[in-house]
Amino acid sequence: MKRDFLQLQGIDPQFLQALLDRTQELERAIVRGETHRRVLDGKSVVTLFYENSTRTRCSFETAAKFLGAQVVNVSVANSSVQKGETLEDTAVTLDRMRADFIVVRHAMSGAPAALARYVRASVVNGGDGLHAHPTQALLDLATMQRHFGGVSGLTVAIIGDIKHSRVARSNLYGLQALGARVKVYGPATMMPAGAERMGWHVCGSIEEAFVGSDVVMGLRIQTERQQCGLIPSAGEYNRFYGINQARMQLANPGAIVMHPGPVNRGVEISRDMFGDERLVKDEQVTFGVAARMALFEALAQA
Amino acid sequence: MSKIYIVGALVRGKQKDVLIEDGRIVRIGKIRASQTKGARVIDADGLTLLPAFVDMHVHLREPGLEYKEDIATGSAAAVAGGFGAVCCMPNTDPVTDNAYIVRYIVDRAREVDLARVYPIGAISVGLRGERLAELGKMQQAGAVAVSDDGQPVSSAQLMRLALEYAAPTGLCVISHCEDKSLAADGVMNEGLVASELGLKGIPSAAEDVMIARDIVLAEMLGTRVHIAHVSTASGVQLIREAKARGVRVTCETCPHYFAATDELVRGYNTYAKVNPPIRTESDRMAIIRGLQDGTIDVIATDHAPHATFEKELPFPQAANGIAGLETSFALAYTALVTTGYLTLDELSDKMTGAAKIVGVECGALQAGALADLTLVDTQESYRICASKFVSKGKNTPFDGREVYGRVRYTIVGGELKYTYAKETEQ
Repeated sequence: MKRDFLQLQGIDPQFLQALLDRTQELERAIVRGETHRRVLDGKSVVTLFYENSTRTRCSFETAAKFLGAQVVNVSVANSSVQKGETLEDTAVTLDRMRADFIVVRHAMSGAPAALARYVRASVVNGGDGLHAHPTQALLDLATMQRHFGGVSGLTVAIIGDIKHSRVARSNLYGLQALGARVKVYGPATMMPAGAERMGWHVCGSIEEAFVGSDVVMGLRIQTERQQCGLIPSAGEYNRFYGINQARMQLANPGAIVMHPGPVNRGVEISRDMFGDERLVKDEQVTFGVAARMALFEALAQA
Repeated sequence: MSKIYIVGALVRGKQKDVLIEDGRIVRIGKIRASQTKGARVIDADGLTLLPAFVDMHVHLREPGLEYKEDIATGSAAAVAGGFGAVCCMPNTDPVTDNAYIVRYIVDRAREVDLARVYPIGAISVGLRGERLAELGKMQQAGAVAVSDDGQPVSSAQLMRLALEYAAPTGLCVISHCEDKSLAADGVMNEGLVASELGLKGIPSAAEDVMIARDIVLAEMLGTRVHIAHVSTASGVQLIREAKARGVRVTCETCPHYFAATDELVRGYNTYAKVNPPIRTESDRMAIIRGLQDGTIDVIATDHAPHATFEKELPFPQAANGIAGLETSFALAYTALVTTGYLTLDELSDKMTGAAKIVGVECGALQAGALADLTLVDTQESYRICASKFVSKGKNTPFDGREVYGRVRYTIVGGELKYTYAKETEQ
């Protein structure tokens, strides 16, 4: 029975914790330069990206190669989709090439789940629409675990475009599974309908988001959101929703600032935060490779 | 012309015999043996006799989209669902925006000779929302209504012209209410489920804004307007208030708006993708209250058959629509009558009320009436089985649902057009 990794909603907390623990070990090994492993010897990993993403694809590719896998990168230009090749066609083609893992990123929510039904390979969700980005949440949780020794009992504030963020949703379910508390805040035009019933606390002010938080996570503001009028300008966004030194004073001692990257400097995170050791965005990148290695290992052993 | 003798059917709760001849009901009650000579006998013991249903909102897809449905299969699905008459929407290919295509549909439906098929013409040429189609010529060719269904008439001015121009002809103007700027690129109801699934939402306001606009126009002009497939609580309330003021507005809803909620979409179930989208429990209850108090005049199906490959896609890419003709009565009976919200007679009125709105004759349970009738079994429960649909469209989110209300026979114009064959069930 193949095993897919599509979302964190409904994940077994023990399985999740085991992934995070293994991620810690692998992260240390990477930092030491011990990157050669043979768990995926003779296995084939295909990254199938319908959306451009340098860092996520690169992270998956590095993780797979560190484990000894053959990696094939497939970029599916929008034009070929418009030519009529369906997800099912593509899936069957890759299956016939005996892919063991397919990492898929797709602009449409639910596409990886659909793909998983068509293929024998294990499907890993590399981000689908507004729905989920579960490996990003894995690396975020692993980073938190490093800083606080564990995730349970933490208070995490996520600030920004919650409505269009698969990162926010995946973090919510992962954090909930491990017993952390989640708060969200952002412009009203960027809050999802029914937000107050999704399991997180919707803050009424930026101060409320920071007070008592161990982790403050900024989300990338896509420029097209500004163009379609969800916020008037980047400058206005930064003034009312930006993460800066003054606001960090409200957070708990030892609090960290996270961001999935790439950061729009001076928008989600004010320029006065760069160079501050509380901003751990670069550590997150290393954890990204480690978390994806831990995931491949777990799926390969299943 | 054939003669049909129905024995022992329940007619408004009392067991009676019915004699049909020359397309009309000759007599209901005791029938002398001499009168039944040469008649086809239907043993209706335990079955309920109702006027055949009238559906003012179906997509038969012909001409042009016959891979989804055609007039023959759509008409067969209609009689299998207990419908004696259906009105078919103009979003065909080419668009039914002229008399020639209207005439083609009328002629083709006569050849098929199952349900009565009344074409609905387009309001605007090519459904483009720019200028009026030839409403008068289409009416002469047999159209009973006009609509740009599937596309809203975004221009308020064009809608005003349509309502004004159509008024003296008596053509019913049917409005698909959707403000495209508010619907944006939403693919399901805006709310908790959409937020959890990460699917873009369509707010109720996208529908309500245009319902309100059309009410304002009809009120100003003193004309009729019919609102298609109402799905929102707030839309029902707008129509309720307008009716109370005397605005000549009528409206319909569809079974999926009172038999389901947006929870059905979970798991990216594209078979529950439909426009307007299936809403929340509070909307569902408001639709039921609207049916109870007469705000909602009619239950239509919005029968929208699609090929499987158009549904087996990532959710945002999948086609909108539910094939509804063969499940409409059962879903309505189960959701509304077995629950006590409506009586069977009230449901029957909702499922035939379209005839009055579009101005066509329909069946009635009295001597002399048109013999468009259906016999239903309301006792036995069964599971909906999409693969057994007569329609080419097997796209329903209700596959496998347990329901009451099986159509057993459908008579159109005094001719038996459908008989449920039990063995096909296996």
